[in-house]
Amino acid sequence: MKINKNKIIEKITEGALFISASLSIFVTIGIIIVLLFETIEFFKEVPLIKFFTEKQWTPLFEDKHFGILPLLNATILTSLISMIVAISFGLTIAVFISEYIKPEKRMILKPIMEILAVVPTVVYGYFALLFVTPLLQKIFPDISTFNALSPGIVMGFMIIPIIATMSDDAMQAVPKWLREGGYALGANKFQVTTGVVIPSALSGIMASFILGVSRAVGETMIVTIAAGQMPNFTFNVLEPMETITAYIVQVSLGDTPAGTLEFKTIFAAGMTLFVLTFVLNIISYFLKSKYRERYR
Amino acid sequence: MKEKKLIYKIRDNFFPVAGLFATIISLGVLFVLIIDVFKDGYLRLNWQFLTSYPSRIPEKAGILSAWVGTLWIMVLTAFLIFPIGVASGIYLEEYAKPGKIKDFLEINISNLAGVPSIIYGLLGLQIFVYSFKMDRSILAGALTLSLVVLPIVIVATRESLKAVPISLREASFALGANKLQTVIFQVLPSAFSGILSGVILAMSRAIGETAPLITIGALTYIAFLPTGPFTTEFPFITFKGLRDFFTVLPIQVFNWVSRPQKGFHANAAAGIIILLIISLFINFLAIYLRIKFEKYMRRK
Repeated sequence: MKINKNKIIEKITEGALFISASLSIFVTIGIIIVLLFETIEFFKEVPLIKFFTEKQWTPLFEDKHFGILPLLNATILTSLISMIVAISFGLTIAVFISEYIKPEKRMILKPIMEILAVVPTVVYGYFALLFVTPLLQKIFPDISTFNALSPGIVMGFMIIPIIATMSDDAMQAVPKWLREGGYALGANKFQVTTGVVIPSALSGIMASFILGVSRAVGETMIVTIAAGQMPNFTFNVLEPMETITAYIVQVSLGDTPAGTLEFKTIFAAGMTLFVLTFVLNIISYFLKSKYRERYR
Repeated sequence: MKEKKLIYKIRDNFFPVAGLFATIISLGVLFVLIIDVFKDGYLRLNWQFLTSYPSRIPEKAGILSAWVGTLWIMVLTAFLIFPIGVASGIYLEEYAKPGKIKDFLEINISNLAGVPSIIYGLLGLQIFVYSFKMDRSILAGALTLSLVVLPIVIVATRESLKAVPISLREASFALGANKLQTVIFQVLPSAFSGILSGVILAMSRAIGETAPLITIGALTYIAFLPTGPFTTEFPFITFKGLRDFFTVLPIQVFNWVSRPQKGFHANAAAGIIILLIISLFINFLAIYLRIKFEKYMRRK
């Protein structure tokens, strides 16, 4: 009898644990339903073609236009700038801490680097608007107070730790014998690093890049504070522009009643953002599991 | 020949030099940021700043409602994420059998970790604020933030459980313990500091989150405090405060940064100093626990 009682308790616990774990699935379903519901409502009033082809985004004005392109353009431009900073710095740092310094120093340096990712994003926003932009004004005198360049650069520094730590992990996973094989063939350290380690860790490194892009695309406060809240379809990064995330914040700050078309626009914008990051996250996940499997 | 040698020399020194350079620049930016914020804000740091409500006059404004709101949200979030996150981690690491369901759960959690936090704000707005009629309350805010940081706790729990050696489990089974007993009495205590480190890391992330709370409609101007949790009458504790409107430190900072007046920028900087001190302290605590955990595991 006693064994049975234990078995029942065991089953109940397992069930409870399973329910907790499946909560995450409900969250995903919740996100999709919430976004989809309002987005469908939105597209009942605004044709899909206009959404993707019109070059104006003015849902809050008299003369309403619903072209996502200016927002999308701003999101892509700021992300691009940040990735140039984050990849060049992040990958160099990853190679440096993985291949060139002692493990003890690596153990200290990694957590310190991660402080960059801990700083709250409003703080970076403050820094971009009130320190970096005035600094850039000395180089580009015609830069606006709000622009895409400054938040892009600052966002890049925020993403450095993601790329540096994930790429470092990927390079650490490359087995020692592969490196030794390289040395045995007469290659030096630089050749082994660029010819053996980086190519072997490439899927992990790519995964870190893509995760970095996904983070940049979804980043909100830095761009809201420092890039401005003016939907502006331009490729000039010295001008103010509004990202998808900044638009959602702009509407949320105002008193937009639920059910209005303005209210639905933030869900349509959110859906665009979600689809974008979802695709990036999934690609990153599979690239990461690829290198994990290879060197298990 | 000589030229080639020089090229080789430059090439071989590329990563040590560039790596050091990149590291120094990144940490330099962090350093400059801290100095800049401190220089802008330290004059506003005083008792009056901590004990005043926001105001139209920069010199009279303070962060009382903001830090109280942050405290409420943090405590509540910790209570929500700890049980659910740890339970999910235990299920995935100890109970789930390899197969499609486990793969699906894993992909799902890894994706949730990458969903922009502002999307969680939209979710919270529709589900908690409107469907569950919680309005823009502390409870709605804490629930939303819990969802944002839950993946961090789950991942950290799994990593910590994974680090517990199989031999410990086998020894427990050999002594006649069943799975549940092994998990509760052997595995969890060994992994505890690692799990705690993950929860604290999640808190340090939650404390700086602004976007999801703005999206659910947290107000930027709050000149009152939520109903306190303690009362003089039986049962001495009340949850009325959960229903109150709130603001948090990062939102207050955002509000001040967005204003054109210099005086408010100084306030924002002072708010940032407080915010940075709290989030860096919490983060260091998490790192300390993680290092302690790793050392403890190596001894096993």
